[in-house]
Order: sequence, then C-alpha cells, then structure tokens
Amino acid sequence: MTELARIEAALTASRPQVLGALLRYFRDLDTAEEAFQEACLRALRVWPRKGPPRDARAWLILVGRNAALDGVRRRHRLEPLPLEEALSDTDDAETALAERLDESHYRDDVLRLLFMCCHPDLPATQQIALALRIVSGLSVRQIARAFLVGEAAMEQRITRAKARIAGGGVRFETPGAVERAERLGVVAAMLYLLFNEGYSGGDGSARADLCGEAIRLARLLLRLFQTEPEIMGLTALMLLQHSRAAARFNDAGEIVLLEAQDRSRWDARLIGEGLALVDKAMRHRRPGPYQIQAAIAALHARAARPEQTNWAGIDLLYAALERLQPSPVVTLNRAVAVGKVRGPAAALAMIEELAPLLSGYFHFFGARGAFLLQLGHRNEAREAFDRAIALAGSPAEAAHIRRHLDRLMCEDTAPPNA
Amino acid sequence: MQYAILCYHEEDVVWSWSKQEDQAVMARIRVVQERLIKAGKMGPSLRLLPTTSATTLRKTPEQPLVIDGPFAETKEQLLGFYVIDVANLEEALDVARELAAANPGGAYELRPVAVYFPDQRNPAGA
Repeated sequence: MTELARIEAALTASRPQVLGALLRYFRDLDTAEEAFQEACLRALRVWPRKGPPRDARAWLILVGRNAALDGVRRRHRLEPLPLEEALSDTDDAETALAERLDESHYRDDVLRLLFMCCHPDLPATQQIALALRIVSGLSVRQIARAFLVGEAAMEQRITRAKARIAGGGVRFETPGAVERAERLGVVAAMLYLLFNEGYSGGDGSARADLCGEAIRLARLLLRLFQTEPEIMGLTALMLLQHSRAAARFNDAGEIVLLEAQDRSRWDARLIGEGLALVDKAMRHRRPGPYQIQAAIAALHARAARPEQTNWAGIDLLYAALERLQPSPVVTLNRAVAVGKVRGPAAALAMIEELAPLLSGYFHFFGARGAFLLQLGHRNEAREAFDRAIALAGSPAEAAHIRRHLDRLMCEDTAPPNA
Repeated sequence: MQYAILCYHEEDVVWSWSKQEDQAVMARIRVVQERLIKAGKMGPSLRLLPTTSATTLRKTPEQPLVIDGPFAETKEQLLGFYVIDVANLEEALDVARELAAANPGGAYELRPVAVYFPDQRNPAGA
C-alpha cells in the first residue's frame, strides 16, 4: 500500500468520529463537512512530510475546528490561530484534547451523525444514500452506481435530503439513556436496510459493496456500544449472511438456494466472527429480533452439510421471533423449518391462512409451490409457481422459479416409463 | 531463544481494507513466512478477529466479572497467552475461570482466532 493510500484509509476510518465531533461543535452539517474536508486536505499535505500524528482523530478535529474558526476570524479581522504544522508538534494540546474526546464522546457523536440521516420524513432509500454520503464519505458517483441511478439524479436526491435534515432539529446535548436507546434502534434499522440493498445485488457488483459498508458501520457502532446485545445481533446477522455471498449466485447470475450452495465457498472468517458475536449476545439473556435472526443464520452456518441443519432449533427460533415481531413473512419462514421437521402437509397448513396477507409476495407462492410439489399436487404447484413468476422482483428470482416449472413440464411430457 | 512477535495496528483501518488490499498485504507477509519456514524458524502464528468479538474476564477477589469488549486497561501488561480449541464462548469462559482460580489478579481477554497457522518447525529443531 502506498503512503497516500495509507493516509486515505486512515482518513476514511476517522471520518465518522471526526465529523461527528465537528458537528457537535458547530451544530451545522455544512460547516462541519467543510471543516472536515479542510482538515483532510491539510493532512494530505502535512502527514507525508512529518509523518502521521499519534492520534489522527484528535489532530483532524483540532485542525478542522481551527480551519473553520480561522475562516470566521479572518472575516472579522482577528488574529489567526497557529498553523497546523506548529500544532502537530505541541503534544500537550493534542493530548489534552484527546483526553476530552474519549470513546464515550465519540459514541454519541457518531450515533447523532447516523441518527440525523434517519429523518422520519425521508424515505428509507434516501436515508441510506445520505448516510453513505455523510457518514461513510462515499462520492455521489459511487452511491449512484450502487443504487443503479444516474449521478445527477442522485446528486439532486442527496441535496434535497440534506436540506430536509438541516432543519430537522436533532438535539446536540448528550442524550439520556432512553433517547440513546431510541436512536440506536432507528440507526440499527437503517444499517440493516443498507445491508439489504447490497444483499440484493450479486457478489462483486457495486451494489454488493454496500454490504461491506454496512458491516463496517455496524462494527463501528458495536465498538462504541460494546454491551448492546441487539447491536451484537445485528452485526452477527450481517456477517453470517454476507459469509455466503460467493455461493449465493451461480456463474449465470441465478440464485443458488441455501441447500444447494457450495458451502466450501462460505467465508469462514466472517462466520467465525458472527458466531462469536451470537455467543456474546446470548449471555445477556435479553433477546431481540436481530439476535434471533442471527441465531437462525448461525444454525445454518454451523451445518457443514445441509442435512445436518438443526431445523427443530430454527423452528423454535422463528417461533420466538413470531412472538417478538409477529409478521406473516416470519410465519412463512417458520413454515419452511416446519416443513423439514414435520413434513410439507404441516407446513402447508401453517401458511394457508397467510394467503390473503401475502397475495402479492413472491416467496409465498414459491414456498407454497414447493410444499405442494412435495405432496404430489402437481397442478396446484404449477399454479403457485406461475403466480410466483408474475411477482418476481428480479430476473434471478424469476429464473429460479422457472427451473421448477421446467422440471414439472419435462416430467409431465416424458413417457411414463422413461 | 523463542520470541513472540505481537502485532499492533489500528483495527478500523485494517478491517476497512478491501479484499484485494488485504490479499496483497497477506501475500507480502507470506513471502517472509515462507523464508522462515524454509529456515525451520517459523513457529505457530495467527490472526485475531476484531476486538468487537472479544470478551474480557476481569479477575476479582470474588467471582470474576465478564465484560463485553477487549482488555482496555493500561496499568497491566501482556504477559502471555493461550490458544484453546473449544465449542463456544461459554466453554472458553469456563477455561478462563479455571485459570483465574489458579492465578488470581489481572484479566483475561478472550478473542476468537480468525486464521491459525500451526507450528512449521521440524520436530527435531523445535
């Protein structure tokens, strides 16, 4: 890695904390962003010459703050502050500042920055785009590519969203415990949406990079909130799902179902990290939706072969999730586990009453078709698969169901003894 | 003389590396390792998972305390480490509690291992 790349990596890694601190100081996003940018420019100028400072974040906050204040003072014809070259030698100022900016400060700063992006007036996709721009520091071009829209359209969307949050009235005081917990919940939901945006893209696409970014932000949040079991669960859930990225699509870009995936292509390192976090979360005995979903993903990850999957455990976990967060989609997922444990008839009975609620849901008809097929109801199965294709959200989904239908067709037209 | 080389770095930077960057660094490290393996000098080595996956057992006069996150104090120094093979965090904590009873004071950080390279020295030289 070149010197420049190393500095850029350090600046990217520091961005959430530094920008969050500058935002708390200036209480204005534009000023904070300008100050951060100025600090980065100076870092690129000074660090290669003098070496990086011991505490890069404290340096960036101090220099960014002075640069912005300097601008104000110049306008008021006052004395400028010392140059950053002089500042980086004065260890005392740096150390004193670093002490005041310990992790507990960063934690509310970073949370506030993320929370600002989650303005309730903004649709989810705009919240995500905003977080990628502001917190992650991705360029508009990168974000546009990930969302498969034009750069100009994305630029406009982000500008409007920013204008919206500028008057959003986010409080800058240190939040109380209740407010902090609420912010964490909102931010966790946004990060999971960000992850899912990426998850719907194939491995290696610009869209799939969003998974990596969501994981980076979740790890950051977990480092700042080390004892929150739901943040452990969220991070674990993302890691375990992302561990299957290389196996989820075949060379033709078609979805490969969990049971058909080549498990040797699962990322063992991500699985190890995810399992460790599930273990940590469980110790708290405060279950939540992310933890339960992560525990389900963990049972899949622990099975070296599909037939070793602990379906009874997955059934129980989905039952717990149903109690915490009742939803027809959760019941549908539970039915898949029930199908494995108690057979397709039990599973079919379970989802029958969901039909009116999920009449527009691709996976409902996919699952229903599969259960019917297992029971030998070929015509009804075909009907369900036809409905599924009509509702498919992506070519990959449609292609997957079409393979079922093709097989049905072949079997139907084949001579009886073939 | 056996030496342990302990690796320190900023983890949010390292874990932000792209797959390609990570692989490039690992390839350069491997060149050094290969040379040491050939010379019969390469003992076990490993890469740890991020500190977010760590749990710390703080030894107290009573029951040891289990704390989420890495060991964060500065008044104690790293004096040694174990590598154990267990089913899950609970079993690892059981082992740590047993060790704590045998050796009171200080703390143990339990950190899952990302990659483990076993001892590459030949038995005669080890």
